[in-house]
Amino acid sequence: MTMLEIDALNVWFGHGRDRVDAVKAASFSVARGESFGLVGESGSGKSTILRAVAGLARNWSGRMAVDGAALTAKRPRSFYKTVQMVFQDPYASLHPRHSVDQVLGETLHLHGFADIDARVVKLLEDVGLGQKFRFRYPHQLSGGQRQRVAIARALAPEPDLLLLDEPTSALDVSVQAEILNLLVDLRRDRGLTYVMVSHDLSVVGHMCERLAVMKDGQIVEVMGVEALRRNAATHPYSRSLLEASL
Amino acid sequence: MMEPLLDVEDLWVRFPTRQGVFDAVRGVSFTLGRERLGIVGESGSGKSMTGRAILRLIRPPGMVEAKQISLGGVNLMDKTEKEMRAVRGQRISMVMQDPKFSLNPVMTIGDQIIEAYRQHNRASKADAYAKALEMLEAVSIRDPDRVMRAYPHEMSGGMGQRIMIAMMLIPNPEILIADEPTSALDVSVQRQVLDIMDKLVKDRGMGLIFISHDLNLVADFCDRVLIMYAGRIVEICEADKLSEAKHPYTRGLLNSLPRLDAPRDHLEVLQRDPAWSEAPSVSGRL
Repeated sequence: MTMLEIDALNVWFGHGRDRVDAVKAASFSVARGESFGLVGESGSGKSTILRAVAGLARNWSGRMAVDGAALTAKRPRSFYKTVQMVFQDPYASLHPRHSVDQVLGETLHLHGFADIDARVVKLLEDVGLGQKFRFRYPHQLSGGQRQRVAIARALAPEPDLLLLDEPTSALDVSVQAEILNLLVDLRRDRGLTYVMVSHDLSVVGHMCERLAVMKDGQIVEVMGVEALRRNAATHPYSRSLLEASL
Repeated sequence: MMEPLLDVEDLWVRFPTRQGVFDAVRGVSFTLGRERLGIVGESGSGKSMTGRAILRLIRPPGMVEAKQISLGGVNLMDKTEKEMRAVRGQRISMVMQDPKFSLNPVMTIGDQIIEAYRQHNRASKADAYAKALEMLEAVSIRDPDRVMRAYPHEMSGGMGQRIMIAMMLIPNPEILIADEPTSALDVSVQRQVLDIMDKLVKDRGMGLIFISHDLNLVADFCDRVLIMYAGRIVEICEADKLSEAKHPYTRGLLNSLPRLDAPRDHLEVLQRDPAWSEAPSVSGRL
């Protein structure tokens, strides 16, 4: 069963002379319950693929399908019940003047849930924060706690597919370990599918079963994590990336 | 044992807050010879503050206190603000984390380097230009003539960081303090920047203080490592023996890293012991 299918995806910004092709003919598919990684240097287009799936990059061509349904320019509400995204910088992705309760409550309200109060409590429990954080504002939380709130917000509509855009790169290694553990547990408990972007190969190696290596907007290689561990990348670019990060 | 370049003894950085005085750095001592000294720790451990305090760059109401911060036998703590200006850049230089925020966006790179050079040296514009070109070449920038005319936004992160390093090196300082110089860069570019710094340290016999949160990078790149926790140095070790570190905090940090060669279901989570921040600072003076 395929959760996400990307076929010959192109994404570009600007037009005419200023046109930049950020993603060129990218194809891959992610099975339900799988965890898939996208790695590459900055500017290689890995985040842009996630943004195109989430509907944040408007100019794209090719075919994208989530859970068998092809994506169109305008996404129906049911799409956002299936797909949610966690952004890189928890300092920037939470509204500074909304308390945790408002952030989660609003999301739940928008998705038409009735028992908002009980669900906010449950979500905070699920991400390991607990009640005492419910009425705090983002500036009263540490980086790791904020990322937990961002994950709770993404989990609120009970999605099947989580898009993770460098979820731990703004965090210290000790906090990174906590967040990665949380993500592993959530995936196991809820049967989630992950697509994770990271520049850190060891993080992707820890979290994912398969990964795609990107360079200049193109996917140069898709490989299993076993091949990554054995250092058995075939494409010269993936080899050099691997060597640089070891 | 030769005379150390820099001797820091019992350094404190304090910030008065509404809840009382907050000690960001608490009694740190170390010496720096002609070596690459790494300072690692998490955010908030006081590593950047230590770097800034050496140059007395902590703004009031922040306070710097120390028995001594002596550079070649002269205590920097006794200098006036005016005398400090002759030290900053000239004898001790600093490279900041993000080149985007440390270069002037509305000046060409050439003008900025020339300005920095003429600040410290009496030189004609033409001489300064030649010197700037030479520096850009030293940090392996191709086509330095074009780069001189370019503005910072036309540069990539790695180029920007190399330009910053070039600018810092013009006055030929004895000590370079690099505060997370490669955190904003890709792994492949990171290597290049490190290689350049390494070469400069070796060729010129500079002392380097390398501040980073990345344990593996520091272990790889430095000679000696200070590990900071809550404003104190908890452990000092030779960089190549970092994997044999003894302190539970260092061990915890090392174990919390995911590893390609040793896959596991769950990463180890650091259990913090309040005793770590109570224990007195380990001295890094040789």
